[in-house]
Amino acid sequence: MSKPRTLFEKVWDAHLVRPETPETPAVLYIDLHLIHEVTSPQAFTELRQRGLRVRRPDKTLGTMDHSTPTTPRNHLGIIPVIDPMAISQLEQLRKNCAEFGIPLFELGDENQGIVHVIGPEQGLTQPGMTIVCGDSHTSTHGAFGALAFGIGTSEVGHVLATQCLLQRKPKTCAVRIDGRLGLGVTAKDIILALIAKYGVGGGTGYVFEYMGEAIRALSMEERMTICNMSIEGGARAGMVAPDDTTFEYMAGRPFAPKGADFEAAVARWRTLPSDEGAVFDHELTLSASELKPMITYGTNPGMGIPIDAPVPRPEDMPDPRSRAALDKALAYMGLEPGKPLLGHPVDVVFIGSCTNSRLSDLRQAAQFFRGRKVAPGVRVMVVPGSQQVKRAAEAEGLDRIFKEAGAEWREAGCSACLGMNDDKVPPGKYAVSTSNRNFEGRQGPGARTMLASPLTAAATAVTGVVTDPRTLLN
Amino acid sequence: MQPIATITGKAVVLPVENIDTDQIIPARFLKVTDKSGLAAGLFEAWRYLPDGTPNPDFPLNRPEAAGATILISGRNFGCGSSREHAPWALQDYGFRAVIAPSFADIFRSNALKIGLLPVTIEQTIYDELVAMYASDPQMTLTVDLAAQTVTLPNGRQVNFPIDAFSKYCLLHGVDQLGFLLSQADAIAAYEASHPQPVKTTG
Repeated sequence: MSKPRTLFEKVWDAHLVRPETPETPAVLYIDLHLIHEVTSPQAFTELRQRGLRVRRPDKTLGTMDHSTPTTPRNHLGIIPVIDPMAISQLEQLRKNCAEFGIPLFELGDENQGIVHVIGPEQGLTQPGMTIVCGDSHTSTHGAFGALAFGIGTSEVGHVLATQCLLQRKPKTCAVRIDGRLGLGVTAKDIILALIAKYGVGGGTGYVFEYMGEAIRALSMEERMTICNMSIEGGARAGMVAPDDTTFEYMAGRPFAPKGADFEAAVARWRTLPSDEGAVFDHELTLSASELKPMITYGTNPGMGIPIDAPVPRPEDMPDPRSRAALDKALAYMGLEPGKPLLGHPVDVVFIGSCTNSRLSDLRQAAQFFRGRKVAPGVRVMVVPGSQQVKRAAEAEGLDRIFKEAGAEWREAGCSACLGMNDDKVPPGKYAVSTSNRNFEGRQGPGARTMLASPLTAAATAVTGVVTDPRTLLN
Repeated sequence: MQPIATITGKAVVLPVENIDTDQIIPARFLKVTDKSGLAAGLFEAWRYLPDGTPNPDFPLNRPEAAGATILISGRNFGCGSSREHAPWALQDYGFRAVIAPSFADIFRSNALKIGLLPVTIEQTIYDELVAMYASDPQMTLTVDLAAQTVTLPNGRQVNFPIDAFSKYCLLHGVDQLGFLLSQADAIAAYEASHPQPVKTTG
């Protein structure tokens, strides 16, 4: 009988072109390489300089998402790009994909969207695969039981040229989340609570496997929200064992296997979950039943609190280093220690990003906008993760609910998550954002970001102040 | 890539933990399609005041930091985004090594690929370096890659870990893509014996 293996180990072993030795890292085969305009141009330059081709354009897909505007289409149905640097970057991606035969979902295409939204919705993301992209939130795809992680541009070049990466085997960490979520508490609150508990470096060197009753009860979109922010806990990848929820989501998607092939694939996928008795290098735990909606007060995603808690006080910190970090964060955020965040005025609400821009996120947010108005003086951006999400939301009238409430309904893209396109939070202004990073300046120079769930963001949008979504639920 | 043997140079301390790659280089500087000029965006929000003038309090702007080639920072350096622009910008500014109690995984991997040496030291050694820098902001260090040591200003040597393969590549100025390309036969054999789960070209 062979040694029991974890989900990660099964996927890792199945992709070894060469196992690691003390002298050399493993050569790991990559099943799917997603590329976008920001982290790929220099890799293509490298290829050209060395006279190399793309080894497997049929395992590569491009999309435009980061530097793209999300402004509504003009009268010709075109999303206008005004920033000359964005134009050049998008043009470069177009040229690179055409020259090397890589399929591309261009800005405005019916399938275009945030790279981590389109992979799953197209059925490209499948259990047991290895998936990489020059983007740290590639961890999202781990929700399907894939080993998926972000890489740098040098590595983008490696995968383009060889379809492989040189990797040292990471350690494994079981993240057990038991119990049931209460009303108004979501997957986003699970991951914010986990990072608040274990810190932004807690997962460094590990691949997380999320497990337990609370994870099993989540939909695929909710699992993606959790895996997405694994990197915010320091883990390069996060995985969830595939189950019936996964297979139901996969069925019928454009790139998913069909008919008998699908049945055969499901049979294979059922062998992926960690074996009974498989050993993890480390374990973290969290009880879902005790969670409240979470919100961040500081300048990294680990600086989060239950929404009804006061902002921590530096004098309560355990050591001088965390005191200094808290002092610096509160100075940037302009927040007073010991005071509650509830009731704090907000200038911008952003609902979107690869963390929370899928149809279920928009549905959750819409329930608070229905029959209500955006609070005076608050700018609300609702940005679907893909053109497909946008169409699906419009088909059920969500766009009308947002627009009638006074929110902006925009085109698909990364938008205000990262301050590299026109969607930004102005200096000194407060945003409640469903994105993944509250770093200084992340949403624009001087922007003050509070991360929260779509429910909390929507509740805040209609009241104009940080609001516990449970107070608006009937 | 230039081979690295030893790096002897002036150090500058940025005593902050969890410095994320958005601080190292904000996303609005990522619209370039090459690697040139990224030093202009390095720590941009900390280096400059809102009116665009240099922030005199920022360690890199102090006169004694001019020409520093070694950056010392708090734990979990380079967390967040996978942007390789972060090590590119540090290198473009003139840094050849970063010393910290720990590094985020993707940053470390990116830095090793381009010959910016990530040097992991014990937290206590970091604390000592911060104290030494406070009394001598001109302090110089020597990082010896072959010996895997950092020589402190007081002459004491401390060891740092690095995996054998990265060390070999850095010492010889070999890039890792060359090694991968040499694996073409093994890669072809793998492809021949494994079905393709998805085909993006339809």
